[in-house]
Amino acid sequence: MPVSRKLVQDMVDAGIGFVTSVPCKQLKGVLEEIDASDRIRHVPANKEDEGMGLCAGAYLGGTRPCLIMQNTALGVTVNALATLVQYYHMPLPMLISYRGEVGEPVACQVEMAVHTKAILAQLNIQTYHFHRAEDAREFPGILRHTFMSSKPTAILTDATFWGEAQ
Amino acid sequence: MNRSEVIQSLLPVLTDELVVCNIGLPSQELHMMVDQPSNFYMLGTMGLASSIGLGLALVQEARVVAIDGDGSVLTNLGTLPTIANNVADNFTLFIVDNGSYGSTGDQPTYAGRKTSLAKVAQACGCERVVECAAGQAAEALQDALDSNRMTIIVCKCDPGNIPVPVIEKHPVTIRDRFIQAVRRANG
Repeated sequence: MPVSRKLVQDMVDAGIGFVTSVPCKQLKGVLEEIDASDRIRHVPANKEDEGMGLCAGAYLGGTRPCLIMQNTALGVTVNALATLVQYYHMPLPMLISYRGEVGEPVACQVEMAVHTKAILAQLNIQTYHFHRAEDAREFPGILRHTFMSSKPTAILTDATFWGEAQ
Repeated sequence: MNRSEVIQSLLPVLTDELVVCNIGLPSQELHMMVDQPSNFYMLGTMGLASSIGLGLALVQEARVVAIDGDGSVLTNLGTLPTIANNVADNFTLFIVDNGSYGSTGDQPTYAGRKTSLAKVAQACGCERVVECAAGQAAEALQDALDSNRMTIIVCKCDPGNIPVPVIEKHPVTIRDRFIQAVRRANG
């Protein structure tokens, strides 16, 4: 099974019914699988913190959410993570393309890559880094852990992971 | 009429609705006037009341009213295209447009100058947009709820604030009782 289909199947199996996204080309396949799924409502957002608001609303309404975004936007989400998702103790798995790692063709993407794990660590967000194709096997457990703990978690997926997943 | 008088005037119309209320003084005013489990108070994130309200409206059937402000909508202007393109007919976005950042000392917003949030909402594709004067706030909200169509209300009112206590409830308490209210509302 292609890894994009597996990740989306894992979301469905974890009870996720609501996804918001701001796209990244690394996540193109995942977004296509989500749009092909009749089990997940996909609401594209214009900005990642807006997406966190949408996910918070879905969670309050009884539907498990997931946010899909690029790591370069992590900075704009800090306030929403701290004062909404974490302050109200809401679960939020964040499937994040880890741009700016080995294999990255665009130099500027590295500028946020060097801050990505530091920002997540500063926010005490449990972070999982998918580097090898087999790392995707951890995804169902991470999703269970996220909803068990009612906290945000970050799943960083880098270029090597997506390269091996082809 | 200022914002607190507008919110006061909405209370007889808000019966069974789930209410997501904007950060700062609007939430504090609502909390002081009528504190109940079906109110979700934004305690710390500016701009996301409309996004939370839309997400909530899309996943369940009870009616949702987001009470927002012009300054907060300007902060999260991307919310209007998302609302327009993801129609939830159980959702009303009520924007109290006093042309100022009330909670921070009534600094003027652009909505109080050249920018029309009603026109912005229309341009974003929102199909039912109503601009009203403060005195028509309750009537406009009742009409929106009766229409069973997603509606954006831009209610023009005066700036100005009243003294209100801060909300001391724990956020998890607000969250938990709101989730219970959502469940009750969905039978």
